Amino acid sequence: MIRMREALRDALAEEMRRDESVFVMGEDVGVFQGAFKVTEGLLDEFGEGRVRDTPISENTIVGAGVGAAMAGLRPVVELMTVNFSLLAMDQIVNHMAAIPYMFNGQVRVPIVIRMPGGGGHQLGPTHSHSLEALFLHVPGLLVAAPSTPADGKGLLKAAIRDDNPVIFIEHETLYGSRGEVSDGDADGVVNFGEAAVRREGDDVTIVGILRMADVAQRAAKTLANEHQVEAEVIDPRTLRPLDLDTILRSVRKTNRCVVVEEGWPHGGVGANIAALVSEQAFDHLDAPPQRVTGADVPMPYAKRLEQAAIPHPEHVVSAALATLEGAR
Amino acid sequence: MAQERTKTAQRGPAGDGRGAAAHPLPDPETCRELLETMALIRRFEEEAGRQYQQAKAGGFLHLGIGEEATIVGTTSVMRSDDYLIGTYRTHGHAIARGTDPRNVMAELFGREDGCSRGRGGSMHIFDGERRFMGGYGIVGGNLPIAAGLALACDYQGSDAVTVCMFGDGASNTGNFGETMNLAALWKLPLVFLVENNLYGMGTAIERHSAVTDLSRKAEGLGVPGVRVDGMDVLAVRETVAEHLRIARSDRQPTLVEAFTYRYRGHSAADPEVYRTKEEVEEWRKKDPVKVFRDRLLAEQVITEAYLEELRERLERQVMDAVEFADRSPEPPLESLYDHLYVVGDQVPGWYAVDERTPEPHRGEEEREVGATGEARKLAEAGAAYAGQRSTRGRPPVDDDQIRKADAQTPGGVVGDRDASDALEDADADQG
Ligand SMILES: Cc1ncc(C[n+]2csc(CCOP(=O)(O)OP(=O)(O)O)c2C)c(N)n1
Ligand SMILES: [Mg+2]
Repeated sequence: MIRMREALRDALAEEMRRDESVFVMGEDVGVFQGAFKVTEGLLDEFGEGRVRDTPISENTIVGAGVGAAMAGLRPVVELMTVNFSLLAMDQIVNHMAAIPYMFNGQVRVPIVIRMPGGGGHQLGPTHSHSLEALFLHVPGLLVAAPSTPADGKGLLKAAIRDDNPVIFIEHETLYGSRGEVSDGDADGVVNFGEAAVRREGDDVTIVGILRMADVAQRAAKTLANEHQVEAEVIDPRTLRPLDLDTILRSVRKTNRCVVVEEGWPHGGVGANIAALVSEQAFDHLDAPPQRVTGADVPMPYAKRLEQAAIPHPEHVVSAALATLEGAR
Repeated sequence: MAQERTKTAQRGPAGDGRGAAAHPLPDPETCRELLETMALIRRFEEEAGRQYQQAKAGGFLHLGIGEEATIVGTTSVMRSDDYLIGTYRTHGHAIARGTDPRNVMAELFGREDGCSRGRGGSMHIFDGERRFMGGYGIVGGNLPIAAGLALACDYQGSDAVTVCMFGDGASNTGNFGETMNLAALWKLPLVFLVENNLYGMGTAIERHSAVTDLSRKAEGLGVPGVRVDGMDVLAVRETVAEHLRIARSDRQPTLVEAFTYRYRGHSAADPEVYRTKEEVEEWRKKDPVKVFRDRLLAEQVITEAYLEELRERLERQVMDAVEFADRSPEPPLESLYDHLYVVGDQVPGWYAVDERTPEPHRGEEEREVGATGEARKLAEAGAAYAGQRSTRGRPPVDDDQIRKADAQTPGGVVGDRDASDALEDADADQG
């Protein structure tokens, strides 16, 4: 059993040992060992050339990563939180995502941008957001959102090996969570576009990402214990590519769908999945898809307000029961 | 490790050769005011740190201990209609501007009487009435806003000046370069003040900035600068006063680089692997509060009896702020959506910014966190995850402290080093 932060570190270290062109850069990733200690020990093993502390210059760090990737390296850039990625949106959207297409495939941008987000630590309105949907929106990017240490390690390895630019979203409250992770180099890679079915059930499909994958599972337990409802819980693991087949297969069985995310409701991950499910499994739905999302506000600091703004199992149970209204 | 990666020896103000004693003391009342404000900030910050350790405050906590002279030297020469804008390390800035410490503490506690009503927390202090235009959690985010404040003054024909404070690390942001150019181009009445405490988080200035003489970093963009000893309240006062005048009358933006030092970690949990104990000790000798206190004693502006009385007064004031914060209610759940929009002509109700149907719908219902109903029930259920509200002096039983130690550092709990009264002798806080 290892923690998420250790799993991510192992993925970085193993890939750096495997491939000389892989290097890490970001604010305080070296001497400080990473703001969330994900890069702990890497400076000592790989030296300053491959574990590079950068100035506070998000757009330039990402842009420099893009250039290095175009010239044959495989940079892994750490941004201290998802909110700070907003300063790099120009490089991410106008450059990183567009370059392979814009230059007709003459050049590739094999880069990974890691960033932790999410609420729960009272970091307030400039440090706690869940902006998966912003990246999901952009053609050319791949988006990973691991919820377990095994997926964290496996997806990060896959991301580093992939030739596309990858946005790799971590959740701050998951860094300390533990799980089984396989050792070694080749194995343990988790392919993009393969959802994990965390729990099987016939009554309602619940899709949850990042920390909400766990919230969905807790809700499923309550649904089973208190409401005799068997939920199927799916963690898509990557949002682009999205394993829609697994979700649709489940919805065709359960005829009901709930999507849980921490991000905002408008134009969110849930909005996207609900639209796809409605388009492609409309005839199988017995109720409108339900979205459970973070509150439609910048994340407040006060502890009770913050918790009230984040989805919890109760919200998921309520939404799942709403899809079952009249059916039982 | 820190030793070989930082070159501490060469750092410090270039020096005008005068040193602290060279600045003539202002009148006794001003001297006492400067000391009292610095000592209040010190005492407030120590207590904030302690309350954080007891999980009364959450999130990140960045303390300004060691940087008091830079703060107070600056604010003490500002006019009440001048604007001040800063970073996430600005409890002291607000207090120096006149914000009641009770409201700052209540903000750290996330309470109704906090200066941002619990929405912003430690990193986002604000007091519009005193023209403290905010602390900002995004490094460099305050610089363009400062240009806008100055633009507004210019536009409105006022001669108020905007003082924009930020860290050495922020001088590497794109915002720094873009703002300097704009300020110089438009001749905005601005004083940029870089609080150079030699580190951006755990990265020493030599490792983050190619040009370490920050006073010259904006020169090529049209903003000339000077260096000042930020540990010397009188030096800061003199320099900032002159640069306020330059901004006010000559419409020339400038950059003041104040050399200062934070004695505490970057935030409350910081193992400080990037610097040596010796370096911290070296800077402790320049403690801005103690050095100034000693000079006032030596020149007989103040007496031991006065200090005794001051100590007690500040103790009462800060503990009163803690009690006030503790008594202040949590913001009610139904306030969750307050002030997201101005509801008026264009936005007559939530439907106008949501799905644009006058019929009630789910999104709108969720915002109606009233006294009853499903939305209320779910909001209560969510808020319950915050755990029990704690009572003063007793650490609440939740995983918050474990989280803090865990998420940031192994064993990175700060000691109470500065907690002994800054007005007492240095020896007293060696323990
Ligand atoms: C845009 C952005 N990037 C990164 C961070 C994380 N961060 C917070 S404080 C800090 C260091 C800032 O150093 P400096 O400007 O010197 O200010 P100091 O903390 O020393 O007062 C960093 C990197 C942030 N808040 N915003
Ligand atoms: Mg600094």
